[in-house]
Amino acid sequence: MASRRPSPYPYWFVLPAAVVFVALFLVPTVASFWFSLTRWDLFDAEFIGWDNYRQFFKEPFLVQGLTNTLIYAVVTSGAKTVLGLLLAVLLTSGIWMQGFLRSVVFFPVLVSTIGVGITFAALMHPTRGVINLGLESIGIDGPAWLSDPALALYSVALIDIWKGVGLATLIYIAGLAAIAPEYYEASRIDGATRWQQFWRVTVPLVRPATVTVVTLSLIGGLRSFDIIWATTRGGPGFASDVLASVIYKQYQAGFYGLATAGNVILFLLIAIIILPLTYWFNKREVDL
Amino acid sequence: MKTLRYSAVMAAAIAWTSGMAQAELTLSVLIDNNPETIASMEAVTAAYTAANPEVTFDIEQRAGGADGDNIVKTRLATGEMADIFNYNSGSLFQALKPQETMADLTAIEGQANVLDSFKQVVTAPDGTVRGVPFGPAMGGGIFYNRKIYADLGLTVPKSWDEFMANNAKVAEAGKVPVITTFGDTWTSQLFVLGDYFNVQAEVPTFAAEYTANKAKYASTPAAMRGFEYLEAVFKANYMNEDFGVASFEDGMRMVATGEGAHYPMLTFGIGTVKQNHPDSLADLGFFAQPGPDAAKNGLTVWMPAALYVPAASPNAEEAIKFLNFVASVEGCNTMIGAAGASGPYLIKGCELPADVPPAVADMLPYFQTEGMTAPALEFLSPVKGPALEQITVEVGSGIRPAAEAAALYDQDVEKQAKQLGLPNW
Repeated sequence: MASRRPSPYPYWFVLPAAVVFVALFLVPTVASFWFSLTRWDLFDAEFIGWDNYRQFFKEPFLVQGLTNTLIYAVVTSGAKTVLGLLLAVLLTSGIWMQGFLRSVVFFPVLVSTIGVGITFAALMHPTRGVINLGLESIGIDGPAWLSDPALALYSVALIDIWKGVGLATLIYIAGLAAIAPEYYEASRIDGATRWQQFWRVTVPLVRPATVTVVTLSLIGGLRSFDIIWATTRGGPGFASDVLASVIYKQYQAGFYGLATAGNVILFLLIAIIILPLTYWFNKREVDL
Repeated sequence: MKTLRYSAVMAAAIAWTSGMAQAELTLSVLIDNNPETIASMEAVTAAYTAANPEVTFDIEQRAGGADGDNIVKTRLATGEMADIFNYNSGSLFQALKPQETMADLTAIEGQANVLDSFKQVVTAPDGTVRGVPFGPAMGGGIFYNRKIYADLGLTVPKSWDEFMANNAKVAEAGKVPVITTFGDTWTSQLFVLGDYFNVQAEVPTFAAEYTANKAKYASTPAAMRGFEYLEAVFKANYMNEDFGVASFEDGMRMVATGEGAHYPMLTFGIGTVKQNHPDSLADLGFFAQPGPDAAKNGLTVWMPAALYVPAASPNAEEAIKFLNFVASVEGCNTMIGAAGASGPYLIKGCELPADVPPAVADMLPYFQTEGMTAPALEFLSPVKGPALEQITVEVGSGIRPAAEAAALYDQDVEKQAKQLGLPNW
């Protein structure tokens, strides 16, 4: 912000990008604020002030949806960060078939989310699913993964982690590669154990990768929808509803104004969580 | 001006050529993916093309339930709707704003054959009729397996207590008493919606007061009973083990093949059994949902879905000719031939064959006796909350007690009424 140098490009140079940005991003964003204040059935919109927001906050499933969203985001983001780092360390240690294993870990990221959801819904079937049949063969009575209200959200989180950990690993592998080998050499000469090296060298120096992984996976978790819809549709009942699925159901019911109000709230929620987080991360980076 | 003159020339050219050979036309059709709907539509379009070779059809399928509602609403609003589409009659039809979005079918030739009871449920607020019936009327009640009933010496229950007594015997015999399929959440609503005959037998003014924001589920004991039934079945542990993920088609298979004894469902499931398990059709029976009083038991009836033509369709004229055929006795018989007779068709002069499957034979007497049927609430009131299916899943899975669920549903209903901008809410 301190030194605002004049742009080296003439205005006509940025015009095409600006037109696309305004037409496809700015206008819809502003329009959504307007529509969130109306009773809108796609045919006509009637201005009703803040009623949609009042209704949305009165929504009995909202509190649960909100709690679930936070739980889901923290669980998936936390697990992806920890597992991603551990896998990255493993996959940069020069183990057997390293290249092949790296692609195996990354492969789920490439598969369609809906496809993953449908596949896992079949695998997690309480009586015919492969997971419970496997558990049964070793004498364990498997739970109803996706239809037990106490378990459904975590089962979906588990699927999400399986699918997303590859991306975290990839980012960490790049982060690890950027650490100069001299640090490890120096610490070894000082007599550091492997454990000490991991905590004192790897973890602090891989920090930029951690920031990226946490931010991306937290945003992903907060707005997560597709995998939940493909597996449980927020159910059983409302047990695995997150903010995005609550909003989608309003849209599905034809309450377009109300759904738009929900989206505005989701937008604000993500901003409230992510902005201070990135600010804090960036500040720490300068301190380092 | 240039385009206008050009199109005038084109029109003249078409008028001239059509004298020699009819212009070819393809009508697009959007239907739900229920096997019975597909079979009926394929048969009736094939018959129409056979008689009018210049008209062919492009049939597209969509999901049912809430996803289907969404598709229909969005496509109507964006002008992307097919020339002909099928959709529910009653409150869901009203939510489509028929006055603005659909062609007026009041005066078309085919309406002469349509029963007045059906016209009422596809009439827009301005009094015009906007659809023709597609498929048979349905009952909402309970399918049962006739073999299990014969083996265990059970009789068809007329009251809820008799029903639960039957369930106890079925459980003792090691079969599933009440098949439950919450994998398709909409199937969870049947105990509540199918109970409406019993509700109105006890509180005749319920529908009017409910629409006027006076009667509530939570404060009307008769209306709350549907929720209590769900709770009772869960507490007695009468469901199949995979109740949380089983689907509608699983449910129809289980009741037809005798894996379970009862399945609360709409009678259009008969078509599904006919398509998927024709050998078991003879073992499938049906009865109305039992209520508190055996003397006052009757059937809750769902009007069939209708075919509509969007107001914006460029092929409305041809589409209406096709609808005239659908509403004719010939069209009706074509559909019965393809999909089977799963219930009475609402076309004058369209009789069911004598050899209907047992489940249909079980249902027909209700229609033939005065006062034994009542329309479902969604045909009497525009108010239906969108979250009912999630709430009934909760009650049926033991997550939420019945009384609390009824109160929650009242809240959901209030939201819908406000979004529709209804008076008194």
